[in-house]
Amino acid sequence: MNIDFTYRSSSGWKKVAITVCLVMMSVYVLLIIYPLFNMVISSFKTTREILKEPFGLPASFSFKNYKLLWVDKHFDRYFLNSLFVTAVAMIFVLLLGSMASFGVSRYHFKGSTLIYMLFLSGIMLPLKAAIIPLFLIIKKFRLVDSFASVILIFIAMGIPSTVFILSGFMKGIPIDLEYAARIDGCSDFRIYSQIVMPLCASSIALVTIYNAVPIWNDFFFPLVFLTSDVRKTLPVGLSSFFGQNSTNWGLLFVGLSIAIIPMVIMYLFMSKYFIKGMTAGAVKG
Amino acid sequence: MTRKQLRKIGTISLFVLPGLIIVLMFIVIPLFMSMYNSLFSWTQLIRNKFVGFENFAKLFGGFPYRDMFFNALKNNVTWFLMTVFIQNILGLLFGYVLSRRIPGHAIFQRIFFLPVLFSIVAVGYLWGLYLRPNGLLNEILNLIGKPEWRHAWLGEAKFATPTIIMVNIWRWIGFPSLVFMAAVDNVSVECLESAYLDGAGEWKIFSKIVLPLIVPSITIITVLTIIGSLNVFEQVYTMAGLDGAPNYATDTIGTLFYRTAFGSVDAGSPEIGIGSAISVIIYIMTFVFSLITVVSSRKREVEV
Repeated sequence: MNIDFTYRSSSGWKKVAITVCLVMMSVYVLLIIYPLFNMVISSFKTTREILKEPFGLPASFSFKNYKLLWVDKHFDRYFLNSLFVTAVAMIFVLLLGSMASFGVSRYHFKGSTLIYMLFLSGIMLPLKAAIIPLFLIIKKFRLVDSFASVILIFIAMGIPSTVFILSGFMKGIPIDLEYAARIDGCSDFRIYSQIVMPLCASSIALVTIYNAVPIWNDFFFPLVFLTSDVRKTLPVGLSSFFGQNSTNWGLLFVGLSIAIIPMVIMYLFMSKYFIKGMTAGAVKG
Repeated sequence: MTRKQLRKIGTISLFVLPGLIIVLMFIVIPLFMSMYNSLFSWTQLIRNKFVGFENFAKLFGGFPYRDMFFNALKNNVTWFLMTVFIQNILGLLFGYVLSRRIPGHAIFQRIFFLPVLFSIVAVGYLWGLYLRPNGLLNEILNLIGKPEWRHAWLGEAKFATPTIIMVNIWRWIGFPSLVFMAAVDNVSVECLESAYLDGAGEWKIFSKIVLPLIVPSITIITVLTIIGSLNVFEQVYTMAGLDGAPNYATDTIGTLFYRTAFGSVDAGSPEIGIGSAISVIIYIMTFVFSLITVVSSRKREVEV
């Protein structure tokens, strides 16, 4: 953009406005960075240290808390459970979601709008409010306390926004590309997998982060459906360290620090595409 | 029907059906089941006889449900208003400024999204600790010499809900910021340049050109805010508990619904009928308010 909001070219109140914005944004950055820093630092402290000196540095940087949590408290199990549930759910969200987007956006047929609206209704309908019928359905399938229960619900939770974002993007891909491939004898599935999908890379990054984060962090459905300790996911496992009176804050902070690592790694790898995906018309509506 | 048409139907079904079946099964059908269930009386998980709208009558009819419901609804409204006026307006400002490529914008936009990556449980416990009577925030107020500003942020009825909302805003502000940034980025440069050359000031460019063109994004964010505000649950659960402590001051329809459906309101047993009635009310409110937003913003949309 040429007419810029840059400091140099502007004058008077505009300079003040930019400064105010920058200060506000910097304050917010501080409000993000400090708790993050404090969280990681606190994971090396004992509960006593955390409560007595919330700002102080730990007496020693020992990984005692980490070992205690990871090995003795079976945190590795919660971590792997979360990883498994999130990975399986995301594979299906991306596969089924992108296939459905391809179906509704690249073919003309009667009822395509209705099907599209059915998918979209999933964004509008809060899944949590449906917990009673969901519970009855899951019980009928005998899936209570199995990973399949939450995975199926997470897939249903992720598909609507995936269809919304991806089909919007796929509509913008020129149809001529498809004709050329068809003349060369390409099958429908190959057009989907080798022509359309690669062009959607940035939107797929957007959809992945948009869905993987809430699935990884979801507390509600695992709380309801995964009852035995061996199947607990990270957020629910974390909450079990949070006793009414006897919270071991040191351990809790270790858990919190570990829990965010996979999402931060994913975000750092994808952030460029993610931001591009947002700009690429995904949120134009 | 020709073979070619059949083949086309087959191909489309193959692409669309697997996803559609899951969405129907776990989202659309449960909606109708909730409506159906709300019309029956229940004993634990067993459906008894058809009672019409009796569950709704109980919900709105009197003690304890009516007072609890409206107390909770009031908090949900607070959630919505504070989120729109603080989170979304700041998000719009941040997004607009970010799209102007101010110094450090690449770093800002990446850091802004970090809190979104946190789990709600992590956010709840982390801030729960910082907001204790002798927690980080009060210690900071001491340090800057304002001990009279100290409060039991989560313990005093009048502060508890706004405090939890502020923590939620802390977590989510990056989302509207990035959405609005992307939307402003999509406004055509020619359009802005010609306005600039015609002598339009920054405020005029923002209010007369950018704002009307990003109405679709504003609509999406508003609808998501409506859905989010009506479904607040984890935030309250992790910071104030299922009962919305202190003394139901932070109760929301989500926590009330959970207590009703899983049994800790009245006699301590699950009330599926009344729970379903609450969820139908949540559905109706979500749908009606979202529809009003979408329809009223349609009128304001402009195309270039």
